[in-house]
Amino acid sequence: MGTPAGQDLTVGFVKQEPTMPQKKVVLNFPPHLIDQPLTYRLVRDYGLIVNILRARISPNEWGRMVVALSGQGAQIEAGLNFLTETGVVVEPLAQEVKWLEERCVQCTACISPCPTHALQVDRSNLAVSFDRELCIACGLCLSVCPYRAIEMSFA
Amino acid sequence: MAKTIAEINEKIRQGKAVIYTAEEIIGVVKEKGLKQAAVEVDVVTTGTFGPMCSSGAYFNMGHTRPRIKMGGGRVTLNDIPAYAGFAAVDLFVGATAIADDDPRNKVFPGKFSYGGGHVIEDLVAGKDLRLTVSAYGTDCYPRRALDTWVRLTDLNEAVLFNMRNAYQNYNVAVNLGDRVIYTYMGVLQPRMRNANYCTAGQLSPLLNDPLYRTVGVGTRIFLGGGVGYVVSHGTQHNPGVRRTERGVPKAPAGTLSLTGDLKKMNSRWLRGASFTGYGVTLTVGVGLPIPILNEEILHFTSVSDEDLIAPVVDYSEAYPNCQPEILGEVTVAQLKSGEITVAGKKVVTAGLSSYVRAGEIALTLKNWLEAGTFLLTEPVAFLPTPDSGYAFKPLNERPWEPPPGKI
Repeated sequence: MGTPAGQDLTVGFVKQEPTMPQKKVVLNFPPHLIDQPLTYRLVRDYGLIVNILRARISPNEWGRMVVALSGQGAQIEAGLNFLTETGVVVEPLAQEVKWLEERCVQCTACISPCPTHALQVDRSNLAVSFDRELCIACGLCLSVCPYRAIEMSFA
Repeated sequence: MAKTIAEINEKIRQGKAVIYTAEEIIGVVKEKGLKQAAVEVDVVTTGTFGPMCSSGAYFNMGHTRPRIKMGGGRVTLNDIPAYAGFAAVDLFVGATAIADDDPRNKVFPGKFSYGGGHVIEDLVAGKDLRLTVSAYGTDCYPRRALDTWVRLTDLNEAVLFNMRNAYQNYNVAVNLGDRVIYTYMGVLQPRMRNANYCTAGQLSPLLNDPLYRTVGVGTRIFLGGGVGYVVSHGTQHNPGVRRTERGVPKAPAGTLSLTGDLKKMNSRWLRGASFTGYGVTLTVGVGLPIPILNEEILHFTSVSDEDLIAPVVDYSEAYPNCQPEILGEVTVAQLKSGEITVAGKKVVTAGLSSYVRAGEIALTLKNWLEAGTFLLTEPVAFLPTPDSGYAFKPLNERPWEPPPGKI
């Protein structure tokens, strides 16, 4: 199986077509692994499309990368098992940012800072909504919400 | 055909009054025309739900046995200092009060996660609050310390008293500087990367009665989910600003001072708010009913977001230095579209006042009127009008100097 060369591997907010299963995860790299080309292995060995949404890698520190993985059938799980075996700590992303609808007053203060439009406003009635799938857990909304209606959990 | 408030109240009592929200009335007037609609419509309801810092509440705590004189002492509710410069057990908590040991902006930007606004929200929500008092002790008030739980139902009076609410029009805030700034208008990105506004637009109380023809001292209103009253014009009332041909101010103008029984209010409509790097405040729900006494008043209430103009102000330089210049004017319709153009640059917008909640308030007030449970009041006195000469002035600073001969 060929590698998906030419796929967008850069930081971006590409919403994948819903033809292939997709999973968003947080990959935590222990310091000794940050010089390993693990993303390449995911692409070559497991045929995954790796969309890097956020990354923070510095020498001698735990690295953190938020990725959206797309692939055939069990390939995503197989790829994640591989990462876990090498020592990468895999966490689900979906549980990270919570929009507490009952605390939200629909003021829209969070709309303009949200880079991926996960927090959106319906312009016809100015109602706010949150699309988990689009959220990259960047946290920019946390400091702009006056009502503590958005929470980030580091479980 | 002119109507009186007494006539409208009679129709409300009989369940025959015709009531629309300030959003609905726009289409009604377009469809029926001003003349016909003025005959048919009795009341237009408005609403706003936004941060209003000059809000607060006063309480009578009841006397302890033996008595304690909180007046002149130190009092806190959930660590938030309350003003006690009154008789023995009367207190006032202001919306922006914060704990003495709150780190404030020492690590910038501060979080300001709890303050006076939250105390009011928690109290109204029925939560237990910790009351601490340290007093100096007198012959008639011997007790010196108190540390106890209190809740809303324990208090004698609990009254929301806001010296300035429902600002008629407000600035659109941008940042021309080169660093992020943290303001009461939210987080503003450098080089005008975003713009924050704060208005309920076409639903806003005073934008629907721009010349204060119906609102006045004693007007009964929706306040914090309960019933409240207009005390008078609010602080910083500034009716003489430039206006459109419809009479609507193009800059912040009129304000209202409001009061109401906190025990009948609801924490859905009184919310503590934390502005990163700035402080805490109280977000207040206010709804003003406007009796349609004549065609002119109906015309005022048919104002739409396209007709409402707000000034764009730089909060990196002009605002902090109290300079009057503005960067331009935009309509509320443009602000609500999500993007405005300022000095040729496209800027994304976000709101601080909830239009969804404003609509819910206008609708609630409409329901109360339709059910006949809420009657209109005749104002006892009117607010200072645009031609009154009443104006808002800056502080004339006269620096103190030590008296001669004393070092």
